[in-house]
Amino acid sequence: MGVEGIGARVARKEDKRFITGRGRYVDDVKIVGLTHAHFIRSPHAHAKVKGIDASAAKDMPGVVDVLTAQQLVDDKIGNLICGWAVSSKDGTPMKMGAWPAMAPDTVRFVGQAVAVVIAETKNQAKDAAEAVVVTYEELPAVSSMTAALASGAPQLHPEAPGNVVYDWAIGDEKLTNDAFSKAANVVSLDLTNNRLVPNAMEPRAAVAEYDEAEEHFTLHTTSQNPHVARLVLSAFYNVAQEHKLRVIAPDVGGGFGSKIFIYPEEMVALWASKKVRRPVKWTGDRTEAFLTDAHGRDHISHAEMAFDANNKILGLRVKTHANFGAYMSLFSSSVPTYLYATLLSGQYNIPTIYAEVMGVYTNTTPVDAYRGAGRPEASYLVERLMETSARQLKVDPAELRRLNFVTQFPHQTPVIMAYDIGDFGASLDAALKAIDYAGFPARKAKAKAAGKLRGLGFSCYIEACGIAPSKAVGSLGAGVGLWESAEVRVNPVGTIEVLTGSHSHGQGHETTFAQLVADRLGISVDQVQIVHGDTDKVQFGMGTYGSRSAAVGMSAIFKAMEKVEAKAKKIAAHLLEASEGDIVIENGEFKVAGTDKAIALPMVALAAYTAHNLPDGMEPGLKEGAFYDPTNFTFPAGAYICEVEIDPGTGKTDIVDFVAVDDFGRLINPMIVEGQVHGGLAQGIGQAMLESAIYDDNGQPVTASFMDYAMPRADDVPSFRVSHTTTLCPGNPLGVKGCGEAGAIGSSPAVINAITDALGHNKIEMPATPGRVWEALQLQQAAE
Amino acid sequence: MSTVKLTVNGKSVSATVEDRTLLVHLLRENLNLTGTHVGCDTSQCGACIVHIDGKAVKSCTTLVGQIDGANVTTIEGIAKGDQLHPMQAAFRDNHGLQCGYCTPGMIMSAIDIVNRHAGDLDEETVRHELEGNICRCTGYHNIVKSVLDAAGRMKVAQAAE
Repeated sequence: MGVEGIGARVARKEDKRFITGRGRYVDDVKIVGLTHAHFIRSPHAHAKVKGIDASAAKDMPGVVDVLTAQQLVDDKIGNLICGWAVSSKDGTPMKMGAWPAMAPDTVRFVGQAVAVVIAETKNQAKDAAEAVVVTYEELPAVSSMTAALASGAPQLHPEAPGNVVYDWAIGDEKLTNDAFSKAANVVSLDLTNNRLVPNAMEPRAAVAEYDEAEEHFTLHTTSQNPHVARLVLSAFYNVAQEHKLRVIAPDVGGGFGSKIFIYPEEMVALWASKKVRRPVKWTGDRTEAFLTDAHGRDHISHAEMAFDANNKILGLRVKTHANFGAYMSLFSSSVPTYLYATLLSGQYNIPTIYAEVMGVYTNTTPVDAYRGAGRPEASYLVERLMETSARQLKVDPAELRRLNFVTQFPHQTPVIMAYDIGDFGASLDAALKAIDYAGFPARKAKAKAAGKLRGLGFSCYIEACGIAPSKAVGSLGAGVGLWESAEVRVNPVGTIEVLTGSHSHGQGHETTFAQLVADRLGISVDQVQIVHGDTDKVQFGMGTYGSRSAAVGMSAIFKAMEKVEAKAKKIAAHLLEASEGDIVIENGEFKVAGTDKAIALPMVALAAYTAHNLPDGMEPGLKEGAFYDPTNFTFPAGAYICEVEIDPGTGKTDIVDFVAVDDFGRLINPMIVEGQVHGGLAQGIGQAMLESAIYDDNGQPVTASFMDYAMPRADDVPSFRVSHTTTLCPGNPLGVKGCGEAGAIGSSPAVINAITDALGHNKIEMPATPGRVWEALQLQQAAE
Repeated sequence: MSTVKLTVNGKSVSATVEDRTLLVHLLRENLNLTGTHVGCDTSQCGACIVHIDGKAVKSCTTLVGQIDGANVTTIEGIAKGDQLHPMQAAFRDNHGLQCGYCTPGMIMSAIDIVNRHAGDLDEETVRHELEGNICRCTGYHNIVKSVLDAAGRMKVAQAAE
């Protein structure tokens, strides 16, 4: 490794603009003639739209136009799509109601748009919106899955009787039931995985511009995947043609999944820019983010695990209800199925699994992928079950896990996934050592003497990342391939531009990706520029989510680099009058091995572009591209241990120690990897102790601002102790697995397992707020 | 409408604005100082923090009309030419930022924290004092590290002056 190569803790290239206030986010974009959009949103969770009177608003100062849902219909603008087809166990396709970008006749969640005001300034648009009169006829609403599934419940969509989207299953039911009938012990658990709001700090935004002469649109938008946005906007919505639409996702202030999806507002802004023949900017405020960004999680599950007399797992049976909200968002259908149930084997040898998942409509904000997407729900279920089992079977939780760990690889689980490599025992050992497991009883006793309740909880998570290969996801119903592309351009002066279809919204790709190039050529990262987030610059790309940018995106760069290097070696060999096989690349030079003959990279590049003296038949230039499609998912895994102390007087829980040991394969920039883990841990701890999106029985959101939705703050989380064990991923040329989601996937069960350990019983749900912990303590005292 | 005179990052500014104009909008829309961000609408997240007369203030909750004659410093105004403010350098060196959206507010808030505590800070104090700044990316671990590191650097810089 060089000082800036693979494995080096290189300070981020992108930071200078962010720390000096020169980042360029969508709301920073200014265009001459810009107008501002403000949406008029339903205050009701379920209602008929009887009429919209915008006449007064249209006369207000600065108002350019007021556009209504009916105009979208008249212009034949398509409905929003769900891009992953999932069928019920009886073979019928999922049942979906139409989702128009603005609702012409029925609104189905609070915040759904019915019209949009376009005005010269944002304040003028907001003022005019107050004057638009929308007449609604309220309908009964369902905000919980229990209410939605009750007989006689209000129905959201005629296409989905009983509010059921699908009733899906995976695994072998008979085999699993047989395993349970032979079990020495069965442990069961009911679990709620609370609904979360992603809350990237930058609200979603769009700036749309239509060039009449060229019939061409440009859309600046907060996207994790601008090419997918362009594809969906052009192929399904009849707004713009793909070759007449440029999508730019500049600096994007966090995503966590919520900026994967194509939302109504971005589509309407694009359509409106042509309608009013002026550029249109929409920037959401935080309340709009709470109302309209896709939420995450929201499962209710019943799980049972069967053990033999030696505490070996015989089988797992799971029944999950997943809340989709009022409409099926872009990848929503895959989250509680192929991204969730396929990970229910955890790190364990489980001979048979049967999981049923029912997807349910409710009058709430749509739910889709949020950091981890299905995998946190799986790890929460499996790891709560393992801890509960250990307590019921009266065995050490670490030992119960170790007894059941998968130790032979590759390992085919009963739920599709084939784990390629791992060493789960190594991570657990490292975590036990780091937390000083042997010293825990003494710490617990000391806490007790001080009037505190101390608890320790484990989580040995596994996840599947990359969300590829394309053929595999295609066979499971995905509407897109999930490869990645890259182009490496060596300029005539030897500097390098890498165009990648991955998109950075905080992950530091401009540094990490440059490190790969620097490593291979022995040059400085400063000579490498990473270009991303613009469909006019980058050939194509599937974007960033599912911890895929290193495993898939960087592998594409690796493949393109191999091609560039091969051509450059041919040129160098020709110029040095040496054999191509003798050329090695070191410190930015092409050398003839074992001699002092060398030629520097810029001279090779220049030769490629002057083309005065190239090998016979060689094309000029030095630029190569690659599309990379992996052969398997990657499987990051690790062991997390959380230690808490509860004040029984108040129920306040402090995390006194948190140890995370992850196996991400090869680390490109450990500093950035650790940062990804820290952030994920805080989100998982947020889910476990603070966050919950709550609706009242009428579908009114109770938590729609930072005043009433508890985001983790600096004094809510501890400093973390993060370390790594390593098994190199055999599925990609870099040996990397991905690190973006692990923290959020592994941490929430560790926290709750620690709290239930301290409580001495299992009767607590996330978020374990002080109030809930205090109540759980009273429950225990009453029982005593 | 009201007319106010301000000093923003050392330059005199005169602006005639609607009475309801917030400082963050003046900075972003009129003065093109887009480093100051808006992350919420309830004065909770701190992405909009600037210094008014040397103190950290949420510019999303400050009417321009309230601060006639004030000296305003934004994230764009704290480096001396190419020389980063020690807090900026500490955030970069300690990987105290990821998406960068909360970063300007964090840095402006953190400078004020260090100033108020005369550089004598511990982790608990930093975490408590950052209560008004929300970050969704970093889990705060490296932000806290950055602030503690910068506190040391700022002390050294002050001693040198």
